Amino acid sequence: MQFFLNITLGGIASGMIVSAVALGLVLIFRATNIVNFAQGAMAMITTYIAYAILHQGANYWEALLAALAVGLLFGATTQYVLIRPIQNKSPLNAIIITFGFLIFLEGIAGAIWGSTTRVYPAPFSESGQKIGGTQIAFSPFDVYIVVAVLTLMAVMLVLFRATNLGLRMRAVAFAPEAARLLGVRVKPLLTLGWALAASAGVLAALLVVPTSSLTPNFMDVILVYGFTAAVVGGLDSPVGALVGGLITGLSLAWVGGYLGGSLEPMGALALVIISLMIRPEGIFARPPARRV
Amino acid sequence: MDALKRPVRALTAQPWFRLPRQPMLRHLTFAVLAGVGLYFLTNWLSAFNDYQAGQVAFYAIALAGLTLLTGINGQISLGSGGFMAVGAFTLALLYTHTNWNLVPELAIAVAVSVVAGGIIGIPATRLRGPYLAGMTLTVALGLPYVTNQYNSIFGGDQGLTTPPPTGPSDINPEQWLAWIQLLCALIVLVLLGNLLRSRFGRSFRAVRDDEIAASLAGINVPRTKVIAFMVSSGCAGLAGALLALSAGVTNSAEFPLALSIYLLAGVVLGGTGSLMGVWWGAIIVVYLPNEWARSLANAFHANSLVSANLAIIIFGLVLVVMMMVAPAGIQGALRWVAGKVAAYFSSDPVTNMTLPLQEPPGSNINSPDIAGGSVTETEKQGV
Repeated sequence: MQFFLNITLGGIASGMIVSAVALGLVLIFRATNIVNFAQGAMAMITTYIAYAILHQGANYWEALLAALAVGLLFGATTQYVLIRPIQNKSPLNAIIITFGFLIFLEGIAGAIWGSTTRVYPAPFSESGQKIGGTQIAFSPFDVYIVVAVLTLMAVMLVLFRATNLGLRMRAVAFAPEAARLLGVRVKPLLTLGWALAASAGVLAALLVVPTSSLTPNFMDVILVYGFTAAVVGGLDSPVGALVGGLITGLSLAWVGGYLGGSLEPMGALALVIISLMIRPEGIFARPPARRV
Repeated sequence: MDALKRPVRALTAQPWFRLPRQPMLRHLTFAVLAGVGLYFLTNWLSAFNDYQAGQVAFYAIALAGLTLLTGINGQISLGSGGFMAVGAFTLALLYTHTNWNLVPELAIAVAVSVVAGGIIGIPATRLRGPYLAGMTLTVALGLPYVTNQYNSIFGGDQGLTTPPPTGPSDINPEQWLAWIQLLCALIVLVLLGNLLRSRFGRSFRAVRDDEIAASLAGINVPRTKVIAFMVSSGCAGLAGALLALSAGVTNSAEFPLALSIYLLAGVVLGGTGSLMGVWWGAIIVVYLPNEWARSLANAFHANSLVSANLAIIIFGLVLVVMMMVAPAGIQGALRWVAGKVAAYFSSDPVTNMTLPLQEPPGSNINSPDIAGGSVTETEKQGV
């Protein structure tokens, strides 16, 4: 029971991180019908930059803010340079391009920083707490993860629901042609969407990195889990990203805890298959209509 | 100009110059010619180059499977590396526990990979585009590492030994292995070439171009997609088993995510949708990481980190640039040149002869439409 409780708590914390990754994927997919497979690698590069900033003497919070800003810029640049020219071509092109960009970035990181693991500090203690005489595996850092991701979600919610900018972004995602006819400038808003998505990915990476370690491919598996969560929740639903992230985090924690850590990626695959069998569009997706 | 055109026209008008029209004969002619050429080539090459020729052969098999799936059937898969691992581990287990001949071992490795492809392919028929890519990415990332969980069966980090087969004593082992691998590649390419000219091949293309139209024409779309997936994973499994023979050991580290990425890059470079293009792709996949990237790094006196990562940087760059600039790949470019040459020598404005590089009319397996955006089925949700 103690063991079950501990891995479940761990699953909630990792589920929140997965939610942030899924949110980044969803923000891009619902606006452009593209899954950004390079998102993890973009966040990885930004994390190396944050690491360098830390070693210039900045504290954790300054590095975090700087990384989020770099993420915004990186996302916008990527969209502008790589995605805009192929926006109207087949989705296969976009998949191959984001995938190519993923390994390009991993190669660049390997060439600059090598594959030696680096330790990225956590702002709070990572050891479990005693509550009422029993040791539980929920550290202050885990609390910080939950708060940080919920804050991100809240900021996105306010942005999309309560601001004029958010309304325009939703209009662009929902019906780009109609939005353009109503005077919304579509292209800059798509770029902004990529920027926001990239910064969500950066936040996820900075929450993962203290408990894993900084290497050029530390985000590969997290990206796959984020994709799993996005499929489970529905690739065009931000609420689905949160719920899907928690479902994925918990399922994988149980798979890892009871069956073995090497089986976690296959657990993610099984989760995708099961969720597609039961509800192909995901839990919170809009009903699909395919144009013939 | 006419002085040059006339003899060429006379030559190409000869009946013996033309390749047989019938697909089976045509492909067998190709394969026999290629086989004879490769026999002399492997005799002429050094042992190490023979080893690399064998590598080109099994990468060509994997790329042919992926070309069929992605280029011809329009299902993008990043999971080939995972299915290669299935084939390799099947061969390794058979080698460890039986003392069978190589041929049944390879056949069973293919069969197991086909079954694995079916298990993953059936849910995959519900998916298209990014969903399928993400799911197969999970296969590439997860499947090889399942073996790390069961060390007693799969030998853990060391893996299982899969020594290359020994041939007659007067032939060196690298050459013998290269012959086996090249023979497998030629057989697979002939079979796939025939498959693409058959009812199945036409169904694959019809499903790629428009699923709804295909189903209206009486094609069972899910079944067609599963068949393409199974054929593709069978090819990957055979390639994995042959890779295991080259490597000598089989463990999960032989099948990293980078392998699946190299394969995707090989397909894009060779030309999505072109079976002949797989040779270009395979040559690049073998020589770029091992030879060219290293020479390039040495030429610029780059440090060891750069030279170790240069190959994947180039592959990534190539994937991005090719998709933006030349989606038809190397074979597409060659085909374009061949078309120009044929048009130049042709007496008729409409080309009325067949050069070896041109496909017979009505069977255009090259698919710039994959890249060019004429795939009519665009998924718009909620609009």
